[in-house]
Formats: sequence, structure tokens, C-alpha cells
Amino acid sequence: MNKVPLIHITRRKELPWYRSWAVRVIAVVVALILCGVITLLLVKENPISIYATMIKGNFGTTKKVWNMLEELAIMLCTSLALAPAFRMKFWNLGGDGQVLMGCLGSAAVMILLGGKLPNIVVVLLMLVAAIVAGTIWAGIPGFFKARFNTNETLFTLMMNYIATQIVAFFVVVWENPKGSSNVGIINQASRAGWLPTIFNQKYMIIIIVAVLLTAAIYVYMKYTKHGYEISVVGESESTAKYIGIKVRKVILRTAALSGAICGLVGFLLVGGVSHTLTTSLSAGRGFTGVMVAWLGKFNPFFMILTSFILVFLDKGAKEITTIFGLNDSFGSILTGLILFFIIGCEFFLNYQISFRKKQNKEVA
Amino acid sequence: MFNFLVQFIPRAVVQGVPLMYGCVGETITEKSGNLNLGTPGIMYVGGICGVIGAFFYENAVGNNMNPFLGVFIPLMCTLIGSLLMGLIYSFLTVTLRANQNVTGLALTTFGIGIGNFFGGSLIKISGADVPSIVLSRTSKLFSATIPGASKLGAIGEVLFSYSTMVYVAILFAILAALIISKTRVGLNLRSVGESPATADAAGINVEKYKYFATCIGAMVSGLGGLFYVMGYASGIWSNDAFGDRGWLALALVIFTIWRPGHSIWASIIFGGLFILHNYIPTGVNLANKELYKIIPYLATIIILIITSVRNKRENQPPESLGLSYFREDR
Repeated sequence: MNKVPLIHITRRKELPWYRSWAVRVIAVVVALILCGVITLLLVKENPISIYATMIKGNFGTTKKVWNMLEELAIMLCTSLALAPAFRMKFWNLGGDGQVLMGCLGSAAVMILLGGKLPNIVVVLLMLVAAIVAGTIWAGIPGFFKARFNTNETLFTLMMNYIATQIVAFFVVVWENPKGSSNVGIINQASRAGWLPTIFNQKYMIIIIVAVLLTAAIYVYMKYTKHGYEISVVGESESTAKYIGIKVRKVILRTAALSGAICGLVGFLLVGGVSHTLTTSLSAGRGFTGVMVAWLGKFNPFFMILTSFILVFLDKGAKEITTIFGLNDSFGSILTGLILFFIIGCEFFLNYQISFRKKQNKEVA
Repeated sequence: MFNFLVQFIPRAVVQGVPLMYGCVGETITEKSGNLNLGTPGIMYVGGICGVIGAFFYENAVGNNMNPFLGVFIPLMCTLIGSLLMGLIYSFLTVTLRANQNVTGLALTTFGIGIGNFFGGSLIKISGADVPSIVLSRTSKLFSATIPGASKLGAIGEVLFSYSTMVYVAILFAILAALIISKTRVGLNLRSVGESPATADAAGINVEKYKYFATCIGAMVSGLGGLFYVMGYASGIWSNDAFGDRGWLALALVIFTIWRPGHSIWASIIFGGLFILHNYIPTGVNLANKELYKIIPYLATIIILIITSVRNKRENQPPESLGLSYFREDR
């Protein structure tokens, strides 16, 4: 007996971009409808007002728009940091730790040197300290991956917790006032080490950095020799070796670059947003960044869109929770649901499903 | 010193058991080649589902609780909840062949969200003043100990003073070790994780093994969440209290080099390390306490480096860990 399976799955050729984006948009829309239905069941409001609340949470007031843009810029920078490493199939799950170390470096300079040196020097030193700290934090797993092929997914993951505890240690050391187990706002009076406002907007500088970084990473990945080497190593290490790429060097360099940009994010967070040091400063962006980069197919411009979706959801869900009196974690549930849909829809882009045809049945 | 150990070891054990469940569950999953980074989320879901079951059962029957149902209902809720999480993960990664890391992270976001959302809602329903739910009656049922153990002195204290779920965890670890290394099912499972194409050619149903291993692994991990609430926290759920234990369980899988049998002692050591900072006299210097908490993670990294440097074949992660399998790929 010749058994033909009911469903046959084959890999499909690459879809034209408009069709692949149509599939993704459908997935997001279906997910949004599902989220609306779930919210509806919980708060018993009419669905339009739920979506309206989400939009209001992001664009309701000028302040909200700026907050949203700041979140978007930081989210985007974090995922841009991770993208080159992922391109190389180096799963850097340590973004959180690298950002935290960047925060620590910046905060250390702010606390120890703030007011003792001219402000511009302090800011520059903060930047250097943050980048060095981030680079080291990603460089260690990068080195072991390059040298001994140590599993980087798990290594970087563990580095997060070490970073968290080191930051916790310094939070206690620098606590202000004593006994509060809190660093408080650093240099609140002198504003030493605070990033300057541009056009009276506190967050403008972060947005400018994000825009520049997006362009820079795009060029780096697409038009430089480094970018080419990264994609070859990501596709096949043996090919890379064969054409004379020094694989170890590329792995170490890309991991370090990833950490350096994460450190930069830490600098922006401490110098430009929070002006304090806590263990939760990076707020899981290292993990969300993984998803943003992957969903955006490592293309910096697509990543703007994917980080917007995640930030929009997060802000929107927060607004729903405050207005309808739900719990804060509602946002995570919605984000999780939408991610499942976006992750799942990739299948329909890469594979084709054909059902058993009638004539096959007769043969059987 | 002796008295200290008699006091310290039981606490380390109770800390370690949630990790043991998580580690055994995740090892079973990883043996099939699925790196489930959703385990922290699954353990949250396992915990909250048990809490939901216990909460409604306690409220429905009041004081006359049936001991069997009081244990059975939360247990079932936990198993069903974590099974569903395992199904989401396997559907996305096995059937739809999605990226495992991304799916796992999304599952963790989702699971922790579910845990804290329903936890927060229950707290609201119960109208308590403190932000937690107290289920001491259910917890009492879960923490029934071996009668007469306390009469055995120090040995009784260290070996026999625990609730049933502690021994169940050890039993699971031994069972998992035996099944993986001694039975045909285990051999098939390992071959799926090492080289799915070879397994497929040998006539093993790769998808079925991946589904079963992931779902069973998720259910075992979920029990870790339940034990945390009912056994360790004496029935008190408060949001985010479970903390980073899920990630620590993942670390433990590496620490035990994918051998569930080792997880018995390793998880107790990890549990000990996790609470060690409470016992090291630091005086007024609270900062150093934070540094002691690094030890378990540092130990994991060192093991990870050592296994990769020595490069012994039997100590490596499953060969195809983290990769999805598609038969028609070359």
C-alpha cells in the first residue's frame, strides 16, 4: 500500500517582499483582534474604546509622545546592538547584562568624577567607561566562543545575573542617603554628567543617537567588509574558513561590538533618562531586543517597525491597565500573545503546505 | 558546626527542590534537541495555576477540605497549565519550525505575565491588605511529612523531615536518569536530540519525540513552581516572589552536564549557594552579600567553560540543541 500523507510541507522560494509583509501584517492584525477580545472579556468595554485607549497611551499628550519616542529609541538601539551578533548566529542573550554594565560604568564616572572635571570631560569619560564595560561583558563569552566553542547562549545568559549582582553591590556602596539601599538621583543639583537637552527636549539627543546608529549599522552590515564577513560566518563557518576569513577574529570582534553598543545604551539610560543606578535599569530589553532583531530580519529599518510594535503594545497595555484598573502584567500577556503570532507566521513565509490531491487517493 | 549543618541542609534542600524540578524537566526537553528558554515562564504558570486551583477550592468548601481533593485539584491545575505552555512551545518550534530562542523568550514573557496578572487579580478578589494570597490550608496538605521523622534527631531532620513533593522530585530525577540512559525510549530520545536526521532515517518519529519530551519536561518544570508556592513559601503567593529561579534551573542543566541524576545533589548545592549569603556573617557590610549571590552563576560559567575546553564527547550538550528539524533540508 502506498500511503500518501494528508499534508505535505515543502520549503518555498523566497516570497516577494510585499507578500511576505502582507502575511506579517495579517498575523499582527489577527493577534490584535485576539488581544482585543481577551481585553473585552476582562473589562467588558466596547472594543473600539480599548484600541483607542492603546493609541491614547502612546500619542495622548505631547509628553506621552516623547516618552514613547525615548522608549522606542532605547529599544531600537538595544536591538541594533544585538543584530550583528545574531547575523553571525552568535546568540547574545546577555544584552541586559551588557547594558547594565554600561550603566554601571557611566554611573561610576558620574559619581566619582562629577563636579571635579569640566562637564564635557565627564560626559566623554562616561561614554568611554560605558563602552569599555559593555565590550568586556560581551567580549568574555565572545572569547570563549571563538577559542573553545563554548555555548554562548547559556554563557551570556549567566553573565546577566553576575552583572545584576555587581550592580546591586555598587548600589549598596553608593547608596544615598545611607541606609536607603537606593542610589537616588545622581548629581541632582549640579547636573554633572547629565546629557544636554536639545531644543529644550530632554530626549532629543537619544533619538538622534538612535537615528545615527540605525544608519551606521545598516551601512556596516550591508556595505563593509566586516558586514560581509559576519554574514558568511553566520551562513557557514566552513565556507568562511575556506575563503580565508579568520573566523575566531570575526566572532570576537562582532561580540565585542555588540557589547560596546549595549554599553552605549547603558550610557544613554543613565546620562539621558534615569540619572540613577538600579538593577532593573535595562528592564529586560536585552531579551525583547532579541525578539525585535529577529522579527525585523536583522534589517535596521525593519527593526524600527518591530520595536515600534513592541513599544506601542507595552505603552498601550499600560494605559489599559491604569484606565480599566487591571494589573500591570497584562501588557506582558498581550506582548507574549502577539509575539507568538508573529513568530508562528514565519512558517507560512518559509514553507508551503500542499494537501493530498484526489487522484493520489485513487492510487492509494 | 554540626548544629549549623543540621539547620542549614534542610533549608538548602527546600530551596533546591524547585530548581530540581526545573532542571529535570528542562533536561528531558533538551535531550530532544529543544532548548526551551521558556522554562522560567512555565514555572510561573505552574505556580499560579496551582494557586488558582487551591484558591477556588479553599473558598468553595471553607473549612471542611477533603485532603485528597485539596492536593489533587492544585496538582491537576499545575499540570494542565504547564502542559499548555509546553504545547505552545512545541507547536511553534516543532510544527511551525520557529526559532527556539525567540519562542522561548516570548514564552517566558508570556508566562511571567500570566503569573503576575492572575496573581494580582486573585489578590484583588481576596481583598487582602498585603499584596499576597495565603493558602495555608492547602499548603498544610502539601507539607505533610513522614510521621515520626522528628524523633530521629539529626538524621531525621536532614533526611526525612521533608514533604512528599521533595521525595517525588528525587524520584523524578532518578526515573529520568534511568529512562534516558537505560531504555530504548531514552536511546531514541537522545538520538533525536543528537542527530534528528539519523533518527528519522532509523524510523523514529522525530516530531512525536520532540512533542512528548517538551510537554513532559514542561509539566515537570511546572511542578517546581507549585512546590515553590506550597512547599517552600507555605502557601503564600506574591507577585515576582519566584524571581530568577527559572533561569537558575536552566543554569543547573549545564552544571549537571545534561544528567538528571546529578541534579539531586547539584540542586541542593545550588539551593545552599542561593541562601548562603544569609549565613555568612557580614556585619554591617550589606554590599558583600550581593556579591555572594554571584556564586551559583559563576560556578555554572566555570562548568560551561571546563566542559567546552576539555571537549569530552560525553559531556557535550545534545548536538542539535536549539535547531529545528525539517526532513527535506539538506
